[in-house]
Amino acid sequence: MSLDNYLYLSAILFTIGAVGVVVRRNAIVVFMCVELMLNAANLTLVTFSRINGTLDGQVVAFFTMVVAACEVVVGLAIIVTIYRSRRSASIDDANLLKR
Amino acid sequence: MVTNNGIVYLIALPLIGSLLLLLLGRKADKWGHLLATALSASSFAVGLFQLSEMLSRETENRPVTQKLFNWISVGSFNVDASLLLDQLSICFVLLITGVGTLIHIYSISYMSHDKDRRRFFAYLNLFIAAMLLLVLGDSYLNLYVGWEGVGLASYLLIGFWNQKQAYATASKKAFVMNRIGDMGLSFAIMIAFASLGTVSFSGVKEQAHYASEATMTAIGVALLIAAVGKSAQFPLQAWLGDAMAGPTPVSALIHAATMVTAGVYLIVRSNFVFEAAPTAQLLVLIVGAITLMFGAIVGTAKDDIKKVLAASTMSQIGYMILGAGLGPAGYAFAIMHLLTHGFFKAGMFLGAGSVMHGMNDEVNMRKYGALRKFMPITFITFGLGYLAIIGVPPFAGFYSKDMIIETAFNAGGLKGILLGSTALLGAAITAFYMTRVMILTFTSPKRWDEDQHPHESPILMWAPMAILAIGSVTSGFLLSRGNALKHWLEPLFEEHGEHQELLAPIVVSGLTLLMVAIGVASAVIKYQLSDVDEVAPESVSTFTRFARRDLLQDDINEALFMRPGQAITSALVKIDERVVDGAVRGIGKIAIGSGAQLRKVQTGYVRSYAALILVGAVALIAAIWVVTQ
Repeated sequence: MSLDNYLYLSAILFTIGAVGVVVRRNAIVVFMCVELMLNAANLTLVTFSRINGTLDGQVVAFFTMVVAACEVVVGLAIIVTIYRSRRSASIDDANLLKR
Repeated sequence: MVTNNGIVYLIALPLIGSLLLLLLGRKADKWGHLLATALSASSFAVGLFQLSEMLSRETENRPVTQKLFNWISVGSFNVDASLLLDQLSICFVLLITGVGTLIHIYSISYMSHDKDRRRFFAYLNLFIAAMLLLVLGDSYLNLYVGWEGVGLASYLLIGFWNQKQAYATASKKAFVMNRIGDMGLSFAIMIAFASLGTVSFSGVKEQAHYASEATMTAIGVALLIAAVGKSAQFPLQAWLGDAMAGPTPVSALIHAATMVTAGVYLIVRSNFVFEAAPTAQLLVLIVGAITLMFGAIVGTAKDDIKKVLAASTMSQIGYMILGAGLGPAGYAFAIMHLLTHGFFKAGMFLGAGSVMHGMNDEVNMRKYGALRKFMPITFITFGLGYLAIIGVPPFAGFYSKDMIIETAFNAGGLKGILLGSTALLGAAITAFYMTRVMILTFTSPKRWDEDQHPHESPILMWAPMAILAIGSVTSGFLLSRGNALKHWLEPLFEEHGEHQELLAPIVVSGLTLLMVAIGVASAVIKYQLSDVDEVAPESVSTFTRFARRDLLQDDINEALFMRPGQAITSALVKIDERVVDGAVRGIGKIAIGSGAQLRKVQTGYVRSYAALILVGAVALIAAIWVVTQ
């Protein structure tokens, strides 16, 4: 089995994530889509690591996981706070900056 | 040339007086007028001393100079602020300070009820100082400083009662019309500097022999414009009548001693320019001839005593300009008429002030009459001035005016006949309108109301008038005896020697006297032997109506210059608003508008931002892919 299929899979996952970020309104879902994109990127890194026979990609994947974990902590905190103050998790309602 | 360090005191004394009075302010109210008068008188004393010094020297050593300081020094161009006192300037110095001092004395009483008398005297002193600087400067640049100073002082004095709108406008009018003349003088200086490389009198005189005639004509015409502005000659004469807005002593000062004589001085002083530029000299003659008729015609139609005197000044200065345009033969007579005119016109203006003083400031002669009985001294002094101006022998005007008419006839050819007859006709009209003034004011039946109480003026006012009247009687005789003034001034002018006599002097004198007699007789018939209306008659010929409107001078100026000027100004304002301001505002509007459009991109929706980021990232990657392929 060609390693290319992993790349196709990660491209599909990334696209699903990106589309989700753009079309969904619920902040939690958007957040999950972001996670999906990050993991798609991780899959690509790991695949390239395998293709090239080096460990560089796997190292960067670890970094990505750390960043994703931090992002989840901060992002979820923000979402919860917004939900508390506005009784809504819709990202379209969070448009204070427009005014 | 001999140097003399005393000349500067002539200018410094009145200048210090004016500065002191202006700087000390109200503190000097009590004694300011006395100080100003004393300083003016001491300047006159310095002038007399200088004259006696000058008389004691040989002819060629008479001019003296004094260098004050190095003013401009750029490369080879050097202008010192220095003074020149020669036979010509001493005449002016004595006239300015002498008549000026008498007017100071008169003003002490005339302005005694004015709370700003100190300021008035400060301006009078400034006027004297500026005029002295004008006649004492040894280069056109130094003269220019005095020239501008005279313009400033006249502006301040004409508008002295500037709480009245009309008076403030009159002073502005005088100033603006003078500026046109000033421009002429600055052009003359620039041309002289550019083409001759010097602006001093002696330098220009030297260069005049080598310079092209075109250059000298340009300088001459520019100088003539300057003289025309300052001396209220045609076509810049319109300010003089309105300048009557100032207190009467100011009118006397402007007309007799300081301001309007400056133009005659400039032309006589620049004789070397006009000798080298026949065209410019011809223009001088034309201006003089037109103005002398213009003033005389306007003088016949006016009912305001001061305006008649103003018109008569215009006319008499026209005679002087005419004399000055006649070349070396006429210079001395122009100056002589200027000096005699200084006496009789100052005397008559002070007399008019005295009449106004006694008549509650009424100026309309149709409301006067029979004042001879109530103001005998004013009547006599004014009458002597009157005899002098119309040119009855042996009064002053006879000698000077007669000489100018005679010289005009002797100019030769058609030119001489035209100029001579104009001057002759002017003499007749002068006699007519001055007789009219005398009759309407002093000898006709009274036409004033019962609540007027005409009375003679105090001694401080009539004494100067009496002194000036003595001058009006004697000055002509004294100055022309043995051609005294002519020989005195002769060293300054280059005599050409050819003298042709078209008419014998006695014939000219006879003709002049005949014309004067006709003028006087017609005025007597019209005003003494028939009743005078208290209101100017309405049903008069078109020409009279024109003359009452100053021969339409203001209408013409308004139509030709003021309204087009206003149109240009408002057009420029519109251009400024629409184009210049429009461009600036347009740039602002573009910024605001594009901001408003770009603002819409910021929807505030997180999803659209995310989409944009995605699109951007994809585009970036695509671009990299395209480039690296």
